[in-house]
Amino acid sequence: MATHTGGLIAERPTGRAGAAVRTTRLVRSFGDRDVLRELDLTLGQGEFTALLGRSGSGKSTLLRAVARLDHGVAGSGELDVPERVSLSFQDSRLLPWLRVLDNVVLGVRGRDAKERGAKALAEVGLEGRERSWPHELSGGEQQRAALARALVRDPELLLADEPFGALDALTRIRMHDLLRELYERHRPAVLLVTHDVDEAVELADRVLVLEDGRIAVDLAIDLPTPRSRRDPRFQQYRDTLLTALGVDQHDASADPVHPEPHPADAPAGQPHKEKDPHDPQA
Amino acid sequence: MTDILPQVRTAEPAAEARTRTAAPAAPASRERRTATSATGTRRRLGPGRAIPFARLTGPVLVVLVWWAASASGYLDPRILSGPGDVASTAVDLIRSGRLQSNVAVSLQRAGLGLLFGVLAGVVLAVAAGLSRIGEYLLDGTLQVKRAIPSLALLPLMILWLGIGEQMKVTVIALGVAVVIYINTYASLTGIDRRFVELGESLDLSRLQFIRKVVVPGALPGFFVGLRLAVTASWLGLVVVEQVNATKGLGYMMFQAQLYAQSDVIIVGLVVYGIFGFVSDALVRAAERRVLSWRRTLAD
Repeated sequence: MATHTGGLIAERPTGRAGAAVRTTRLVRSFGDRDVLRELDLTLGQGEFTALLGRSGSGKSTLLRAVARLDHGVAGSGELDVPERVSLSFQDSRLLPWLRVLDNVVLGVRGRDAKERGAKALAEVGLEGRERSWPHELSGGEQQRAALARALVRDPELLLADEPFGALDALTRIRMHDLLRELYERHRPAVLLVTHDVDEAVELADRVLVLEDGRIAVDLAIDLPTPRSRRDPRFQQYRDTLLTALGVDQHDASADPVHPEPHPADAPAGQPHKEKDPHDPQA
Repeated sequence: MTDILPQVRTAEPAAEARTRTAAPAAPASRERRTATSATGTRRRLGPGRAIPFARLTGPVLVVLVWWAASASGYLDPRILSGPGDVASTAVDLIRSGRLQSNVAVSLQRAGLGLLFGVLAGVVLAVAAGLSRIGEYLLDGTLQVKRAIPSLALLPLMILWLGIGEQMKVTVIALGVAVVIYINTYASLTGIDRRFVELGESLDLSRLQFIRKVVVPGALPGFFVGLRLAVTASWLGLVVVEQVNATKGLGYMMFQAQLYAQSDVIIVGLVVYGIFGFVSDALVRAAERRVLSWRRTLAD
């Protein structure tokens, strides 16, 4: 992260000195329904936050509000966001008529745009693919290119709307590692919207659960990275979040052979769950 | 395809025992597979690889049938001259210079009409596609114009612009502009909403958005419109050249009709056909180059 020229955020020597995003009493409504209800949220600079929530809880509405893409949506409240915000989508959303490098530098100003684009592509492991058409890339590579497009803008805030949702399980694991690695290197604030509890606990340092338009759970994940899903504390965070999401964990464990009851406030390290590396979609 | 299933099951350790016991059946099933699909690939649903110039097959066949019908005496030369007569008439027309001078005039009219029409159609489509005001003002108007044949506008055009070149080019351009507009506008408004959102999220300026998203996104429709427009320009040419023209391909054919020279008419038709075919091929070639990012059924 380079220095910021605007007045909003100065250098941040202490990491969480300033806020990257601040919403105050944010309201967004569709018709009569308030999707966000006076939502207060502060994301620190360089903080990796995951946003969980059941479908319809307002995750996407919040993300689109922070991205300032919600034209014509009724609402009120205050919203402070940094100048350089990058957004990545569930689909890679590469323009099929532009070559990969041109997609990456789309809208980037400056004479060295192509150079920076090529560097960003190299960073996501796509060096040599600058002249390819998007359809010549695999799904994972397309998502990498989209990540390069987000990175080349040197964002202070990276918004990601289920960026791995459409990928196969193996590619997703690799993309998790890549995202975390890029985050460690560039340190933007990240807001990752996901419905995958494991993904949230593995990647983020703070997990929010959105419920009825408000933040219902704000959980700091205090685990060293890289994180193992077998770590009992990982399981504990996971169970807490699943409970907050209202998931009956016996149905969710996808292990009908051992339907063993346990309290809602789940203790660490359910042994039968360690065999199940993938969360069956909360 | 059912015979593939046992082979797939071997991938599961649990099924190993089952396949072992079923081992004698395995070779038989493999044999059956080679018998059912000789090439080993699936049924192709696309049309397959294209052969260069194979597109000429149809026109060549038509000429062959025509020639056979004339040579066998089945066709009365008063109704339709044979290919030989037409060819010798064409040679005469070229020798005397009549054909070239008429074609040159026609080409200029069609070319100018096409140029102005395409420019107007594209500008109108972008204006109507990108702004609501443009849409409200232009789209209905152009749909109405679409319903009015060029021929019906001719009296008014003559009244306004006289009978000179200006009128002729304008009539052609009007026909061209409408087809370009209809197709470009349809393609432009069909651009994926997600790409618009992407442009917004990347803070594209309006100009960048038009250059990088709108224009390339509308190009497939534009090319459909262009191919129709080329035809429309030839069509408009026939209409305007039969009214008060003293030169041009249509004029030449009109004169031939008065003197019952069916061979000259055929020469004119063949020239129209050749120009239509060549211009369409040119547009296709341009389309293939410009839209090389697309993978379609025809590839």
